[in-house]
Amino acid sequence: MTTLERPAVRNRSIGSRVGIRPRAVVVGAVAALGAFVISVFSLGTGDFAIAPADVVTTLFGEGNPAHEFIISELRLPRLVTALAVGAALAAGGAVFQSLVRNPLGSPDMLGVTNGASTAALTVVILGGTSTQLSIAAVAGGLAATLLIQLIAGRALHGFRFILVGIGMAAILTGISGYLLTRGVQMENARALLWLTGSLDGRDWGQAVPMLIVLGVTLPVLLLVCGPGLRMLEMGDDSASALGVPVSLLRNGSLLAAALLVSFAAASAGPVNFVALIAPHLAKRLTRAPGPNLLPSIAVGALLLTGADFIAQHLLEDRALPVGVVTGLVGGAYLVWLLTTERRAGRI
Amino acid sequence: MPPRAGRRPSVRLLGLVLAVVMLVAVVMLSIGFGARFLSPGEVWAGLWNPDSPYYRIVHEMRLPRTLLGLMVGMALGLAGAIMQALTRNPLADPGLLGINAGASAAVATAAVFFGVGTFFGYVWFALAGAAIVTAMVYAVGGGRSATPARLALAGAALNATLLSYVSAVLLSDTQAIDKMKFWTAGSLASADFATVERLLPFFVVGLLTGLLVARPLNALSLGDDAARALGANPSVIRTAVIVAVTLLCGSATAACGPIVFIGLLIPHMVRPFTGPDLRWLLPYTAILAPVLLLGADVLGRILGSPGELQVGTVTAVLGGPLFLYLVRAAK
Repeated sequence: MTTLERPAVRNRSIGSRVGIRPRAVVVGAVAALGAFVISVFSLGTGDFAIAPADVVTTLFGEGNPAHEFIISELRLPRLVTALAVGAALAAGGAVFQSLVRNPLGSPDMLGVTNGASTAALTVVILGGTSTQLSIAAVAGGLAATLLIQLIAGRALHGFRFILVGIGMAAILTGISGYLLTRGVQMENARALLWLTGSLDGRDWGQAVPMLIVLGVTLPVLLLVCGPGLRMLEMGDDSASALGVPVSLLRNGSLLAAALLVSFAAASAGPVNFVALIAPHLAKRLTRAPGPNLLPSIAVGALLLTGADFIAQHLLEDRALPVGVVTGLVGGAYLVWLLTTERRAGRI
Repeated sequence: MPPRAGRRPSVRLLGLVLAVVMLVAVVMLSIGFGARFLSPGEVWAGLWNPDSPYYRIVHEMRLPRTLLGLMVGMALGLAGAIMQALTRNPLADPGLLGINAGASAAVATAAVFFGVGTFFGYVWFALAGAAIVTAMVYAVGGGRSATPARLALAGAALNATLLSYVSAVLLSDTQAIDKMKFWTAGSLASADFATVERLLPFFVVGLLTGLLVARPLNALSLGDDAARALGANPSVIRTAVIVAVTLLCGSATAACGPIVFIGLLIPHMVRPFTGPDLRWLLPYTAILAPVLLLGADVLGRILGSPGELQVGTVTAVLGGPLFLYLVRAAK
């Protein structure tokens, strides 16, 4: 018996025991590289063009002062916000999809993002400052998550959480519609721009809080929740038999994901579909079970910076809000997903 | 008697009469309520007697709104009920599944890109949008593998896509935002007789088709083979249902914007009383759904005074918790 088992145990490398797969590493690395290339290009383009090589030297602190100013004061905040928001949305989406065990169960479908938008919209209509707006968005997202979980009861996985989330999203959409009718024309344009999701005029004030939240939650998610969530996907009973503290893990991951998504909404508005698509694409590429957190994060950062680059350069006369691009691309992807997943019987 | 089987036919008939009485009461209330409250007697006089001092108020200002609410309520309720029967999914609602959002996306396109500004222009776009989404939802949810949660989730995702498209389109045109904002929230406030008249043909055809499929849909609920043995043609029935849903939801959305939950709640509240037989369920739904819509509209006018809360908001805020209750009670 022992002689039979021993070779199998010896063959397992340390990597496979903590859940690192070569394919996932490659996918993550390629996506991160893609995000870096897009970053260099988007830092280099604008009213004052900077060559990619100069961008790279400036990033490493050896460029000339003019480039230094343009990049680190004007363009870098927007880019860092895009990268961080993309990563946060992807991580939040991956955790949600894993928790509810459905590829469509992302926070923008289940009312979390709607909570953030409704609260932020209230602030816009009341004429609040952008700091108040961000605080409201975070509070709204967290409150919606809490409420959904309270109403759904203990069964976080499966259909009840999904249905309660959808119901909550519909209620909040109705309230948002009412709020939009209250504002005058200028406020409405501002509100609608915010609701679409935009990175225009983002400075370090938006980027830094997002980075702090990422810095706090990501290590927890990656090191503690990730392996547990993979076991949780096999079912509650198997997971708890394997020693996973099921309800603690669930509530903790849910809280972390809601924090990430709410802060992302506070910094860039409720950018649609990144949270839905990034984890899904990552899963398809890595073919690995579980939430696939690291590859998802890289893919999310790549998606959002790419979408923002396209949004800024698609039309010659003006820049589009990034949410328009993610919405259109996301919609197309969704239609394709619905047809293929249905054929495979997963939806 | 178990509640699922429904009540005896005589009791059901009595209930139907009661429902009609409720509808009449809500209609009177909806006409009577406004800047100056009219008593039922005054409403009655204003409706039929051209010499009454209230004739003009009732006919020019309050009747179109009430009629529109009546039609839209019936349309959305009936569409929800037959959609639920067709997909065998208790959560099928034209609002939740994105059919109304499909119609709105098409209307927003019409308003911004083609400069369409009237109901008669909107309605064709709305019908096309509703038809596309209905077909998609059915393609996704018609199969046996689709559970209620999955279908609802697919609908929510479609909803999100279409609504983000609507706001993207409206963003490109600040004037359109102002013009469309009441419509986007779902409102009866802009009703006039011209809209009512133009909605009427679509509504009547949709309503008749919807009511006529009750019997064959009953047969279809036994499965395709049993339905064929009972003399019904499954693909004809499915097409008829999709046509009816498209007509009802498309024209209702073109008239007053996307409204959710009406098509979900009324069939659910009625079903314990009537049982699953659509020949009872559909008439009940058609009578009680406008009671909910008009009631929500009156409530919105009371709560929002001196302005008003849009009926779409009231149905979402009232209907949402009921939906959550149903979800919790389901297991």
